[in-house]
Amino acid sequence: MTTIEKTAGVPAPRSESDSTPLLEVRDLHVEFHTRDGIAKAVNGVNYTVSAGETLAVLGESGSGKSVTAQAIMGILDMPPGRIPQGEILFRGQDMLKMSGEERRKIRGQKIAMIFQDALSSLNPVLSVGYQLGEMFRVHQGASRKEAKAKAIELMDKVKIPAASARVNDYPHQFSGGMRQRIMIAMALALEPDLIIADEPTTALDVTVQAQVMDLLAELQREYQMGLILITHDLGVVADVADKIAVMYAGRIVETAPVHELYKRPAHPYTRGLLDSIPRLDQKGQELYAIKGLPPNLLKVPAGCAFNPRCPKADDICRTDAPALHQVTERDGSELTGRGSACHFWKETIHG
Amino acid sequence: MAEPVKKETAVDATPGVTDVIKKDASTTTEVEALLDVQVDRGEPILQVRNLVKHFPLTQGILFRKQIGAVKAVDGVSFDLYQGETLGIVGESGCGKSTVAKLLMTLEKATAGEVFYKGQDITKLSGRALKAVRRNIQMVFQDPYTSLNPRMTVGDIIGEPYEIHPEVAPKGDRRRKVQELLDVVGLNPEYINRYPHQFSGGQRQRIGIARGLALNPEIIICDEPVSALDVSVQAQVINLMAKLQDEFNLSYIFIAHDLSIVRHISDRVGVMYLGKIAEIGSDEEIYEHPTHPYTQALLSAVPVPDPAAREHRERIILTGDVPSPANPPSGCRFRTRCWKAEERCSTEMPLLAIPERFRGQDTPAAHESACHFAEEKDVVGAA
Repeated sequence: MTTIEKTAGVPAPRSESDSTPLLEVRDLHVEFHTRDGIAKAVNGVNYTVSAGETLAVLGESGSGKSVTAQAIMGILDMPPGRIPQGEILFRGQDMLKMSGEERRKIRGQKIAMIFQDALSSLNPVLSVGYQLGEMFRVHQGASRKEAKAKAIELMDKVKIPAASARVNDYPHQFSGGMRQRIMIAMALALEPDLIIADEPTTALDVTVQAQVMDLLAELQREYQMGLILITHDLGVVADVADKIAVMYAGRIVETAPVHELYKRPAHPYTRGLLDSIPRLDQKGQELYAIKGLPPNLLKVPAGCAFNPRCPKADDICRTDAPALHQVTERDGSELTGRGSACHFWKETIHG
Repeated sequence: MAEPVKKETAVDATPGVTDVIKKDASTTTEVEALLDVQVDRGEPILQVRNLVKHFPLTQGILFRKQIGAVKAVDGVSFDLYQGETLGIVGESGCGKSTVAKLLMTLEKATAGEVFYKGQDITKLSGRALKAVRRNIQMVFQDPYTSLNPRMTVGDIIGEPYEIHPEVAPKGDRRRKVQELLDVVGLNPEYINRYPHQFSGGQRQRIGIARGLALNPEIIICDEPVSALDVSVQAQVINLMAKLQDEFNLSYIFIAHDLSIVRHISDRVGVMYLGKIAEIGSDEEIYEHPTHPYTQALLSAVPVPDPAAREHRERIILTGDVPSPANPPSGCRFRTRCWKAEERCSTEMPLLAIPERFRGQDTPAAHESACHFAEEKDVVGAA
């Protein structure tokens, strides 16, 4: 039946026992060679995820958030994609230098991915139980019978009612929310250390979205997994993330712990996004809108990519691309985990 | 195809709404004359009464027999006042887009009436229907599929004039189209471009310009911004608000994003499985919801404020929306409702001001289709 619950508080910050994070992305570049030229989808992205931590990657379509995830998973289409430079360290080992065989051992077992559109990510002609069991057959050499038993167990885990009766059903027989649960079950199958969720609830209704996000948070707590949540929904991020990386035109423009970002954005783009959420006290007034359009990746503006749309843009913004500056308090004390790729971050955060 | 539906299954008494204003007209010319009359601001321009749409489910190839019906819309009544925005929210499959199609007369209603300026448009045909359609236009959800890729922008926006040549004489059309482009914030010189040369937000502007071409009085917007990027949504919402003032339009705004609906709407109706669960002003619905479904819906919306997640109470509904082909007896929400009792499975709650609030001057006194309607504090979409 329906449950009414108080949302759990933010989990206490975990002790940083081991120094190497679970996943570290260093200066990653991804480009696509097209007939019209080279599209630079990712231009030097850095982030880290530790065990049990949720990193939310926020950005509009074309900001490079999904491409980064695909590069981490090693499922980027190459060609036309290419990774000219950068490192993706999983427990200190660079995955980009690994052989295909080694990567295959990590993919699925150590790092798993949940895709946005469950209907097109599941095979329509194979039963759900078969597809779930595939994980065990391929990676662990389980027999068909064992695999099916484990598939039922998994479906129970993600709270699909009457799992043993539905294990032979096909994807089209499930509703959107249930299909997304199957995707989650598949990602969880081998109890990976890191899950990448690419817009896991965008295609779902709000009531189902709440169910799915809850389930994901619960399972993450249980297994102490790292989670990279890719989304464009500022509401979902506020509910589940520990830290946030905001992407724009293939770069990270701001990083911050979740509370800090909403309270005091340090980049004009983040501020614009937050301001364009309809608020109660602004009813009937014009919404704040970021003018213009996201840039074409074939010709990203010189300097800061956001400069044509930025209210603060100055001459320096049109010539020099800003690095990700460490954000400090007014008195110069460092704010941990905060960075802003804006020449005028001081003015933006301190008013 | 459509089988007449027994009256008792679809009755939805809504005592709160004003009585239907009917105007008699026997000939087409008379009807057309009545449709030209201006409606004053704040007067009802569109009145929907017990609207029903059932899609038949058939079996067999040669001898098709009907084995049931998907009850997409099952007794919906509301008024749209001139110059206002009525928001309609609900989960996918609740029938909100079917309502839009019925109002556009793109689908034929199984039962029920839609009165536009006192004329039942479900019964009109020929010239009179054409005149109605001129005045009710639509903006679609997906700007990528609702524009013909092989037509130029000028042809797309000018196409309505082919069907209704009385609005713009032939030599004048190009100028009119350019004016419209200017109104929606696009460069008038783009008239010869094709849709693929525009971004999503710009395409939605083209869709809006096409909707405006015939100077309609009502625009039905079916999820107009949900396919757009966050930073572009605000631009389109602002444009729509501006056009409403400029052209004195009435909007029916269908969406699933509750915060955007609240921003733009004067009144909001919440739909569940083909019925309206609750309807009232934006403040009544968002601040004082009395229907459990509305409360659950509002509490499920993620609030863009991390501080709220510590003390926010959330109602998490279990399960999915039941199939509209076989809706639950009595109250349709009872299978997922935490308040459901015996009575809910036998007696269908009517959309009316709950008895306990009747005659009181509280914001909770608005129509809500629940036997146990009561206020509950929920932190909803701000």
